[in-house]
Amino acid sequence: MPKLVVDGREIEVPAGVTVLQACEAAGVEVPRFCYHERLSIAGNCRMCLVEMEKSPKPIASCAMPAADGMVIRTDSPMAKKARKGVMEFLLINHPLDCPICDQGGECDLQDQAMAYGFDRSRYIENKRAVEDKEFGPLVKTSMTRCIHCTRCIRFATEVAGVEDLGATGRGEHMEVGTYVEKALASEMSGNIIDLCPVGALTSKPYAFTARPWELRKTESVDVMDAVGSNIRIDARGNEVMRVLPRLNEDINEEWISDKTRFACDGLKRQRLDRPYVRRGGKLVEATWPEAFGAIAEAMKGKSGESIAAIVGDQCDAESMVALKDLVAQLDSPNIDCRQDRAKLDASCRAGYVFNTTIAGIEAADVALLIGTDPRREAAIVNTRLRKRHRMGGFAVGVIGPHIDLTYKYDYLGGGGQTLVELANGRHAFAERLKAAKRPMLILGQGALARPDGAAVLGVARKLAESFGMVRGADHAAGAWNGFNVLHTAAARVGGLDLGLVPGPKGRDVAGILDGAEAGDIKVVFLLAADEINTKRLGEAFVIYQGHHGDSGAQRADVILPGAAYTEKNGTYVNTEGRVQHGYAAISPPGDAREDWKILRALSERLGFKPAYNSLKQVRARLIEISPTFGRPDAIVPSAWGQFGQAQSPVQPQPFLSPVVNFYMTDPIGRASVTMAKCTQAFVLKPAGKTGTDG
Amino acid sequence: MLRDSDRVFTNLYGQADWRLNGARARGDWDGTKDLIAKGRDWMVEQVKASGLRGRGGAGFPTGLKWTFMPKQPTGRPHYLVVNADEGEPGTCKDRDILRHDPHKFLEGCLLASFAMGAGTCYIYIRGEFYAEASNMQVAIDEAYAAGLIGKNACGSGFDCDIHLHRGAGAYICGEEMALIESLEGKKGQPRLKPPFPAAMGLYGCPTTVNNVETIAVVPAILRRGGAWFAGIGRPKNSGTKIFCISGHVNKPCNVEEEMGIPMRELIDRHAGGVRGGWDNLLAVIPGGSSVPVLPKSICDTVLMDFDALRDVQSGLGTAAVIVMDKSTDIVRAIARLSKFYKHESCGQCTPCREGTGWMWRVMERLVRGDARIDEIGALEEVTRQVEGHTICALGDAAAWPIQGLIRHFRPELERRIHARAAAGAARAAE
Amino acid sequence: MTSKPAKAVQPKSFAFTAENLARAQKIIARYPQGRQASAVLPLLDLAQRQAGGWLPLAAMDHVAGILDMASIRVYEVATFYSMFNLDPVGRYLVQVCTTTPCWLCGSEAVAKACEDTLGIRFGETTPDGVFTLKEVECLGACVNAPMVQINDDYYEDLDADRARAVLQALKAGTKPKPGSQTGRQTSAPAGARTTLTAAKGAGGS
Repeated sequence: MPKLVVDGREIEVPAGVTVLQACEAAGVEVPRFCYHERLSIAGNCRMCLVEMEKSPKPIASCAMPAADGMVIRTDSPMAKKARKGVMEFLLINHPLDCPICDQGGECDLQDQAMAYGFDRSRYIENKRAVEDKEFGPLVKTSMTRCIHCTRCIRFATEVAGVEDLGATGRGEHMEVGTYVEKALASEMSGNIIDLCPVGALTSKPYAFTARPWELRKTESVDVMDAVGSNIRIDARGNEVMRVLPRLNEDINEEWISDKTRFACDGLKRQRLDRPYVRRGGKLVEATWPEAFGAIAEAMKGKSGESIAAIVGDQCDAESMVALKDLVAQLDSPNIDCRQDRAKLDASCRAGYVFNTTIAGIEAADVALLIGTDPRREAAIVNTRLRKRHRMGGFAVGVIGPHIDLTYKYDYLGGGGQTLVELANGRHAFAERLKAAKRPMLILGQGALARPDGAAVLGVARKLAESFGMVRGADHAAGAWNGFNVLHTAAARVGGLDLGLVPGPKGRDVAGILDGAEAGDIKVVFLLAADEINTKRLGEAFVIYQGHHGDSGAQRADVILPGAAYTEKNGTYVNTEGRVQHGYAAISPPGDAREDWKILRALSERLGFKPAYNSLKQVRARLIEISPTFGRPDAIVPSAWGQFGQAQSPVQPQPFLSPVVNFYMTDPIGRASVTMAKCTQAFVLKPAGKTGTDG
Repeated sequence: MLRDSDRVFTNLYGQADWRLNGARARGDWDGTKDLIAKGRDWMVEQVKASGLRGRGGAGFPTGLKWTFMPKQPTGRPHYLVVNADEGEPGTCKDRDILRHDPHKFLEGCLLASFAMGAGTCYIYIRGEFYAEASNMQVAIDEAYAAGLIGKNACGSGFDCDIHLHRGAGAYICGEEMALIESLEGKKGQPRLKPPFPAAMGLYGCPTTVNNVETIAVVPAILRRGGAWFAGIGRPKNSGTKIFCISGHVNKPCNVEEEMGIPMRELIDRHAGGVRGGWDNLLAVIPGGSSVPVLPKSICDTVLMDFDALRDVQSGLGTAAVIVMDKSTDIVRAIARLSKFYKHESCGQCTPCREGTGWMWRVMERLVRGDARIDEIGALEEVTRQVEGHTICALGDAAAWPIQGLIRHFRPELERRIHARAAAGAARAAE
Repeated sequence: MTSKPAKAVQPKSFAFTAENLARAQKIIARYPQGRQASAVLPLLDLAQRQAGGWLPLAAMDHVAGILDMASIRVYEVATFYSMFNLDPVGRYLVQVCTTTPCWLCGSEAVAKACEDTLGIRFGETTPDGVFTLKEVECLGACVNAPMVQINDDYYEDLDADRARAVLQALKAGTKPKPGSQTGRQTSAPAGARTTLTAAKGAGGS
């Protein structure tokens, strides 16, 4: 532990930290542009120069390892002069266009120029002008503002794993870009907007729409995938203007995927803002009492077995428990939260969560990916896998889609056969797993959402057990659980925790659709469920509660307008089994209401005594069913147990990822203009394929 | 004056055969095996005792530099990288070694590699030196064929591969960290130090980067003893040195001389004197474009070595003596150097990327007198904002010539500003 | 500028000839396993020579493929080093050094002689595509200033007349002898040598 003196204050820091970090530990702020704790050290901006005793020149504190006995001054004339000089150099070729720059108000250069700059320019030569680059639909460039810190290049190369950005040319002609015109084909590209310390890279969809000081900031949780990325929702009036990442080391660090960031314009389109009732084959606007009346009418005389409910992928736990309780009161065993028909077993929690945890990936030494494309199913998880890969000593084996994951892996095979071989130790990769100290597997929905899913789940459990992936009791020293299910639906783990699966003799999603088609199921309640084949709902009376006019609403006989994730206080359980609370940034549009309240009101209308009248009471009900809901933000380790059907045969067909188009996996994304542009630029265009390529 | 018998580079001008037979006739590759047999420690001691300081410009003691390499095997390969990226304006000494004495140099590469436990040596030669690279490659091929390098080099039991690597046009690659980056296949942008190359250099392995001339004098030092070399010149400034005398002299040339030779003697004796006589001298840049210019008054007496030139706020640098007579537009001469540094700045770090362009633009205006008097001081301040604040020494190199100009020729700068203002006023009055 | 590829007609594809591929493999072998990126400068040089003196995008991509480098890393390199021509050049690339040591010795007159003889300015190519004229920074032959480099060769100790003579010879289809155009021995002082005056090969032996 080196001891050093920073501005007269003695401080002891862990070995291996830099002088800049030591200064921060001492409570001394050191200005910087190029330095970023999650990127490699570049040392190029020179803003962090400080004085070091015995050094004739100031040193770049971001790059200098802190050593015992160092005497650092950040406030000496030498340090101040260095900083002031660098600031002047950065500004001489920087345009004075702050009034029309989207970075204004949240610009590092602007802030630091206030603190360290001159109040006028001594530079009377012409300023440099740089041609803007075309980076695609998400990132707007204004390259004249670029200060060449190379953060974006390092992010693309190191974190995103997409080596497209570079600095070409040299000296004052050096320019950051792709050299050949090329959209940034990364699902993490938006993060370079946050990383850019100036206004060179800004958000294209957000361009010229708001100033930071006009925005109301709400800390919340993302639902565009099952990662539960921590986000900040910036709203003006009753409009979501943008979504930004919020730091959470355990989940998304400080990154978010492009879908999480940019799908928010979909919140403003195709919204269900009032109830509708189908009359004479057409959906017509209705009042809440009319809608509820139509439902009560349809329910009249229906037996519990003829009523069913399907729960969507982005539902909050509160609405799910309200629906579960309603369905129970209707005496129906037919409820399912697994729209994709994944053969997940709700009876053993360890069998359906990401036990290793996302941060825990960094402790693993071998990973086996089964039927998953983490890059598109959970970009943040893939980013963590890549981070682990870059640390070295990490082998990845893939059974399933053969795709670019941004890191190297051993491709083992496409489907069930390879999995069975490996589980039986009859595959070369088995040796890697055996030799591993902390092996992990990631089981994707592509491997589970198929008829033999339960068998796949069982074989995966067997594999985990036989290769020492599950060791030790919870919290015990050396305990390790390398069995992981990677979900794509934000609601899924919560739904399973709450037991939103068919009761005894109940029907699952397939059974419900079969029943509806056959006329045995007469009433179907779709809670924001849009990922099923609604054509198979037959003659059933369909109630759709949700926020977007997507496929479910189109088929509905009654529409109950609910709230999107930005408009309600809701609880979500991510793929790790981590319970998190999201918060309403704005109110739902028009007559739309928070979903659990709608269900509570409907229950009352149908003659049931409401069990809860407040959010607090609903949450107490959640904890009653699953105590993990009482431990928000924490990981509660799950006990290992029996799940899946290891004895059933696994079919040899290849595992396919459920996510074909990363940008459109839910009603919000499908309503988003930005996501449509991304689909055009990154999914349809680069393939250059015709429709027959399938 | 240095005696011919003390000269190391006996084929400096290519007056004799540069190939293996010719080199052997001049004593190269003679008993190399015996030198190696004396061991690593002995070699380093001899080089230390010789007082040899790096000939690439910085003048760091070579023997000391070699001791920075790990003594014990690290499990990683060690590398010797020879900097043949000669590009400092005024300098063309390594060129003569490469094309006319390649075997002397190669023998030095082998011995230095042995002294540092380096099994591989890369010679990074500037890309424009095509003919020089051709000669070098012929010499390398000859040496391999004769068993002088490669496996069991010279029958010593030491294995050493020597490869030639051609650059592609970037002055900055003469900076050792940029050179290593370039050799790894990247842009020549200097790496941050620490870590230093002896700890983490080429491919992350222990590496020493030495200049061609430094390496090429090693065989002579080992044969004749460190004391012999130390006996030439002045203490801490010992040995022989190739000087490049260019500009306004009657007979520009390269010449190997004793360190510490008076500048005037050097110019008069070897370069035929200043054009128009010594009294026609205006100024001299004594060590390549990076070092501050000296006015005649200092040139009259100054000695040509590291410490003497440092004492007059300049430097020996690469010992490239650029002579300017009284006909010289001194502002323009320095402004042209500013353009050079702007052109060669790698662009990586802020003060150099932005500062070199700024300094050059102001210098261009000063050439015409198109400035205010206070801009001279402002320019001086800008040079101080660049100097010492950059990742590598190019920032300093860009700053120093201007500082030298302002230090010694400020009246000339002011004169132009006043003259232009007066002409403008006169025009306005018409 | 170097921020984007030349507007020149870019060939759709590029591949090393069998002979050059063999050369490339030999070059790659100079560097340790897994460090093949080290060969990027020599391979780009090879590609430039094959492509007729300039580096098309397709050639950069080809080299990137051979060396298992991301294309952008090769673009960075190709745009950084001044010897890579990103635009087509004439059969003779005439580069006039104008840095201070050459300038002191009359590079302006040499440059003007080149411009007049070829009828083009710096940065231009003659209409017949034979000559391209460029200004270049110090080429390291300062005691033989002023000088020009034509393709791989240095022509030294020039003045306006001697520069004109060199270019006229090239125009006439002959190749003048590179090196000093005054006939002196390389970098030795003109006339009698001041050192190494003993018999040939004197010294160390």
